Amino acid sequence: MGTTIFDIGEESRTGLRLPALDVPEKNVTELIPVGLIRKEDPKLPQVSQVEIVRHYTKLSRMNYGVDNGIYPLGSCTMKYNPRINEDMARLPGFAHAHPLQGDKLSQGALRLMYELGEYLCAIGGMDAITLQPAAGAHGELTGMLLIKKHFERTKELHKRTKILLPDSAHGTNPASAATMGFEVVPIPSDGRGLVDLEALKAHLSESVAGIMLTNPNTLGLFETDILEITKLIHDVGGFVYYDGANLNAIVGRARPGDMGVDIVHYNLHKTFSTPHGGGGPGSGPVAVVKKLEPYLPVPRIVKENGKYSLDYERPHSIGRVHSFYGNFGVLVRAYTYIRMMGDAGLRAVSANAVLNANYLRARLSKFYKAPYDRICMHEFVLTTKGMSEEIRTLDVAKRLIDYGVHPSSIYFPLIVPEVMMIEPTETVSKEELDRFAEALIAVAREMKENPQVLKEAPHAVPVYGASVRRLDDVRAAKEPILRG
Amino acid sequence: MTYPREYRYTKEHEWVKLENGKARVGITHHAQHELGDIVYVELPKVGTKVTQMQEFATVESVKAVSPIYAPLSGEIVEVNRELETKPELINQSPHEQGWIAIIAASNINELDTLLTAEQYEQHIGGH
Amino acid sequence: MSSFEFIPTTPEDQRKMLAEIGLADIEELFADIPAEVLKRFKPMGVEPLSELEARQLLTGLAQQNAHTEQYVSFLGGGIYDHYVPAIIPHLVSRGEFLTCYTPYQAELSQGTLTWMFEFQTMICELTGMEVANSSMYDGGSALAEAMLMAKNVTGRKKFLIAKSLNPHYRQCLETYAWGAGLELADVPFAEDGQLDRSAISSENIAGLIVQTPNFFGVIEDLTGLKELIKDAFLIVSANPIALGIVAPPGAFGADIVVGEGQPLGIAQSFGGPLLGIFATRMSYVRKMPGRMAGRTLDADGRVGYVMALQTREQHIRREKATSNICTNQALMALIATIYLATLGRRGLRRLAELNLQKAHYLAERISKLPGFALRFSGPFFNEFVVQTRKKPTRLLKALHDEGFLGGLDLAPYELLDGNNLLVAVTEKRTRDEMDRFVKVLKGA
Repeated sequence: MGTTIFDIGEESRTGLRLPALDVPEKNVTELIPVGLIRKEDPKLPQVSQVEIVRHYTKLSRMNYGVDNGIYPLGSCTMKYNPRINEDMARLPGFAHAHPLQGDKLSQGALRLMYELGEYLCAIGGMDAITLQPAAGAHGELTGMLLIKKHFERTKELHKRTKILLPDSAHGTNPASAATMGFEVVPIPSDGRGLVDLEALKAHLSESVAGIMLTNPNTLGLFETDILEITKLIHDVGGFVYYDGANLNAIVGRARPGDMGVDIVHYNLHKTFSTPHGGGGPGSGPVAVVKKLEPYLPVPRIVKENGKYSLDYERPHSIGRVHSFYGNFGVLVRAYTYIRMMGDAGLRAVSANAVLNANYLRARLSKFYKAPYDRICMHEFVLTTKGMSEEIRTLDVAKRLIDYGVHPSSIYFPLIVPEVMMIEPTETVSKEELDRFAEALIAVAREMKENPQVLKEAPHAVPVYGASVRRLDDVRAAKEPILRG
Repeated sequence: MTYPREYRYTKEHEWVKLENGKARVGITHHAQHELGDIVYVELPKVGTKVTQMQEFATVESVKAVSPIYAPLSGEIVEVNRELETKPELINQSPHEQGWIAIIAASNINELDTLLTAEQYEQHIGGH
Repeated sequence: MSSFEFIPTTPEDQRKMLAEIGLADIEELFADIPAEVLKRFKPMGVEPLSELEARQLLTGLAQQNAHTEQYVSFLGGGIYDHYVPAIIPHLVSRGEFLTCYTPYQAELSQGTLTWMFEFQTMICELTGMEVANSSMYDGGSALAEAMLMAKNVTGRKKFLIAKSLNPHYRQCLETYAWGAGLELADVPFAEDGQLDRSAISSENIAGLIVQTPNFFGVIEDLTGLKELIKDAFLIVSANPIALGIVAPPGAFGADIVVGEGQPLGIAQSFGGPLLGIFATRMSYVRKMPGRMAGRTLDADGRVGYVMALQTREQHIRREKATSNICTNQALMALIATIYLATLGRRGLRRLAELNLQKAHYLAERISKLPGFALRFSGPFFNEFVVQTRKKPTRLLKALHDEGFLGGLDLAPYELLDGNNLLVAVTEKRTRDEMDRFVKVLKGA
């Protein structure tokens, strides 16, 4: 355990031979001044190709992915990643196209991006879009810049200083707003687990630049007052930003644009099936209403007489948030998924995602406390609070690993103590939902009968399970060792 | 657990102990217990001026960050450098060796706004 | 409901599950959505396609793009046509790497956490820095994050930006700077293409941002820059392949080193997904953005890895986080890790030499053509600016007709007078291809 590539190999080995130089070789010191030449080589390993393949194959087997089984991280939408998407992104015309080769030589790529933008606008009920943001949080930051730009143009920037944020929001929301200079005003949730309307009203004024909403929220509940919330914000001249992380719950049947939303980001790596890759690449396109279109990043993709081109002539644009046009390879995957699912498929996605979540909730709320025990959307929360003196949710999660399933998100949202946030997605079978439910039920029983087994979990199982026992986070934080 | 009677407390779980007109400040046993293993303390600079209930330091566990508020207004005259290498002192001895800073209080009357040990025990008992 | 291959639930399953929930119909699950909202819904108007039909459609779109398996590319400007070793796509396509997420459950993520630790180590070695994170979105946004970090550490707001910085990065910086209320000022380049250091005034600045090799391909001389700007941050964007032969920014006292990691085995992919590299000094680690893996022990004392210093991050510190970044470019960092392991220390140096030697061969041949000259006299790595009497658009057209992506016309960037073509040469280019390239230039 713990072996890195640096522990493998031998000085004279190599993973790849390079071709011989086919032009006359000059002395390097003739080409680069001596003072700018590297004196000591970086300490990279010298490893043969077979050792590399075996090392990374071994590492892969110490991981658990969607391909291994249910992966019910709340608000992460760990659905199956269709392999056709991978093949399409690797087509030479996509994978080996250069971003600066010119519009004329990029018609297929531009058309794909243009059409994907149209589909996403239609799915969200929005008017215009940028595909540049590389992840959801990057989209949030872009959204904050759009709001800022608008108020700069209307000369209200000095007073529009606040972004309202429900306390159930993802941590990226407050971080994005604060990075772009807004003051974050938390709005509490009420007993229903929804935005507390009275508290919201108390913070309404002309200093409000906007609100960031996740809907359904991170408790898995749809904000039933959404129309009133968006109206209240609009009445004071603010914008409604919609964090689309949980779009899987409503895709194909309800649209943020129809709720009065002004800006929405989509997580293509959640709702639109592109793989999470161990933490990216994602993609976070941002769609807006007409009023905000002039501020979208450049270049925009435009279509004229059947030809596609990149348009940089947008004087009011916020500029650019990515070196080029965003995570194009991820866009290809999402485009493939949308074309394969069509309207009917997307509607089936939300139907089954919400059905699966409610089925698990119904089964599990008999054994764990469900603080909001009512019909949920695509995810729901449970808590272990009050179930045991000594056992915490962390122990429950670690014990689930012994049962061969991936735990849910834990300790988020922050407003529920000892919380588990469970999102099964539509791509798990009923049999697998039942296995997951039975594992959690068994752990609830063990919590009473044999708590020690939870505390000691996980018990290392080498194949597609934990390759180590419980790891010491405290040690890692106190004396950080961050490189070999 | 009984809390030192001669200390005063905030609702945010800081304690303050008056020593020759200066206030030694730390976080309570209850606070360290809730946070779990403390792995890092961000100390203020000596000479920093603070007002009552202003954030002046942070303590971190593995998965949480907690702001520490000044129980009294004044100037930071000393900080507990030992915490830089031994943050666990806060867990091991929250009311003694795990102190965080000493504040030269500018308005000693603010002490009256703080909780007594009995009141603090009642405050956390209610949680 | 027709059946989709990605949704296993059968009508019979649905019936049983609804019974467990206590509902009669799936639509009842959506009762919380206001009826008005449901009523306004309009579909996209897209019919579902089978996998075969989707493949045919996408293949048709892909065929409408030029690409470097079809054209011989001399196009760079931030994205380069390097050789990708065969093992890379095979290894990173393994489902356990591809389909997992952020390693929140460390015990089920030792694979990801281990390669993150390897990646961080390799980036430190390449850049000459003490600590690296496990990736940012791309070179442009990594530079913007470096700027925000320097602001947070120094408490100052003014940055000097080399005019020779990649204009795409420059535009990212301007966007972020405007949002965060920062001030940018230019530092011009001298005749040799390097930074004109006589124009640097260190007064009240948070940092100086330079790129090496810069947008024009010229290797910057970083000697003495840190001394010149004192306690302001020296932020350097570097090409990681160049660092196989060029002295690392860490050796010149850089405070933050960032870069675009695409050259490290990542497909050009029309400009994304890319890889943002980010490294700094250990003393700033708590101000650093992004994810990191750290080494620790498990309950039995075995070495393992966990996400380290998470209290910097948004999911814990929320509006006070060092950055809003969450999902980053993990899979691209895995590619870079395997790539660097595959080349090894000697391979990386040799690769850098191949790039350097070939680029100089081509530069020398072009500069001997009548009407062509190298625009800058400074040292360069694998990219250089050619000044021509002929219009670059005409040259590029002629090159295209002979099967070349001929380089980048710099006119739209408005950085240089006259006609200028940016030409990149990687290890993939052969002497024969370069000779033919020269011939086309001559005849155009």
